[in-house]
Amino acid sequence: MATPAPIARRVRGLSDRAIAWAFIAPAITLLLAINIFPLLWAIYLSFTNYRANRPNAVVEGVGLRNYQRVLTDPDIWQAMQTTAHFVFWTIVLQTVIGFALAYLIDRKFRGHAFWTTIILIPMMLSPAVVGNFWRFLYEPQIGLFAYAASMVTGIPTSEIRMLGDVSLAPWAIIIVDTWMWTPYVMLICLAGLRSIPDYIYEAAEVDRASSWRQFWSITVPMALPFIMLAVLFRGIENFKMFDMVTLLTGGGPGSVTEVASITLKRAAFESWATGRASAFAIILFVAVFGLANIYVKALNKVKQR
Amino acid sequence: MSSANTAHSVVAPSDTSKRVAGTIVIVYALITLIPLVWIFLTSIKSPPDSISYPPKIVFTPTLEGYCNLFTTRTRQTPDYIAALPEPTSTCDEVTRKRNMVIAGPSNFLPRFVNSLVIAFGSTFLAVFLGTLAAYGFSRFKVPLADDLLFFILSTRMMPPIAVAIPIYLMYRELGLSDTALGMILLYTAVNVSLAVWLLKGFIDEIPREYEEAAMIDGYTRLQAFRKVVLPQATTGIAATAIFCLIFAWNEYAFAALLTSGQAQTAPPFIPTIIGEGGQDWPAVAAGTTIFLVPILVFTILLRKQLLRGITFGAVRK
Repeated sequence: MATPAPIARRVRGLSDRAIAWAFIAPAITLLLAINIFPLLWAIYLSFTNYRANRPNAVVEGVGLRNYQRVLTDPDIWQAMQTTAHFVFWTIVLQTVIGFALAYLIDRKFRGHAFWTTIILIPMMLSPAVVGNFWRFLYEPQIGLFAYAASMVTGIPTSEIRMLGDVSLAPWAIIIVDTWMWTPYVMLICLAGLRSIPDYIYEAAEVDRASSWRQFWSITVPMALPFIMLAVLFRGIENFKMFDMVTLLTGGGPGSVTEVASITLKRAAFESWATGRASAFAIILFVAVFGLANIYVKALNKVKQR
Repeated sequence: MSSANTAHSVVAPSDTSKRVAGTIVIVYALITLIPLVWIFLTSIKSPPDSISYPPKIVFTPTLEGYCNLFTTRTRQTPDYIAALPEPTSTCDEVTRKRNMVIAGPSNFLPRFVNSLVIAFGSTFLAVFLGTLAAYGFSRFKVPLADDLLFFILSTRMMPPIAVAIPIYLMYRELGLSDTALGMILLYTAVNVSLAVWLLKGFIDEIPREYEEAAMIDGYTRLQAFRKVVLPQATTGIAATAIFCLIFAWNEYAFAALLTSGQAQTAPPFIPTIIGEGGQDWPAVAAGTTIFLVPILVFTILLRKQLLRGITFGAVRK
């Protein structure tokens, strides 16, 4: 491909370098203004005793005290554990069900494209608006979920208090999250399964490998980078989980479903401990960022195999 | 990554396995649809029907939920209602049956309009800025391009509440609290990262030779961008726009923390709809239905691009 004379181009219009910057600068400027500047501000605030509800009070630097307080606060460790519990179970359930569904859809039965689209619907909806409606489905006396659960288990509906029972409430949230996001994992796994070329299976067939063997030594390893990608995206999202928990339980009963985002919201917008909340926010961000980076390295290793 | 559309030979699934797979998938799909069907059914139930036990599947449909969604009502004595002139609308009629009269419009419509303005405004801006930046990254040697792109993506990893703290303070200083403009700017910033990543993928797929040929024919770089690249990228731009729109439409955390009155969008409003004696579930269901229908339509339009959108273009199929 011969390149056209660059001099002629430069004479006729802006130079490529100027265009490149003119095109990229607006987006970067916006991100600097609305993402980076606030982040830097939050970092600054995290070293102060600032309280947003007392804008005129004297702001003092407190050094690392906010970080120290956050990291030694048992409530925050409790919230981190609750978050980890949610992230773990939602990912396990969504990956197992999502992969199984993708595997079945990949059998290409009649109408599979249509049913795939149907299955995808929940993940496009607003977690807040739909999560709010699940509160109704979970109502012990009148809710459809409690009714169905009581039909299956024989336990009276008044005792199936999905949102009010300490041992059930975390599962109430895990169920809605799984209902909503399994299609997401399914869609990515499906792409993974479809990326496996047929000739590999054909070769395995020639070698008389059993289908069980083919599944574990071809299907799973070759779809693994895709599964890992889905887990990465779900992990980051669920680490930030806020909407659904706020609307379903608000962190309750007690604090059994109080995930990190809820604790953070309470510290920032209810206790107005802006400095301490900022320190917590920075710690969360560094944690997600760090974990995601380590994970991406592992993912790249798997891809290269 | 190519989809394996080649004919299966020895590896084609047998008819039985297809049938079993199909049955399981269809059963799963139908079960996951139940909550959505229930939202719609509840929206056309009367309040007593909606909370009856056992849950009613057969009932007389009514528009009461939709009427209650759009209006505020006050209780009146039967004598007062009997003395009123003939009802002029269906809503008048169903309201009077409950010994109430319509007092005025509710806040739902303005909240819904806010959602529309904020979602479309931020989508337009994000796609506009995103297209320019994506073209820049796709076609030119930008120093530190990979770092910049990763930086753009990393802004999505922050928990929304963490972002909301300084934004709250900043908007308070700038007078942007509880304004549509503030929300549009915020959603644009969140969406621009998605837009850049998706659109860069789409533009990468348009052969450079097209523009180069156009420039040999005398087009400037900008003309080539406008007349050659943009038309080629239409599908990608449309898909990106829908993803941005859906994000802004569905967003709850920022909206709940940063808006309270005039700029409040529908997601934080819908859960607050209450009637006499607690949550008015048919009205909530009606609001939810109206809110979800556009997304359903978009999901069906987008189904071929979904995978790309949800993985930031990492999986292109």
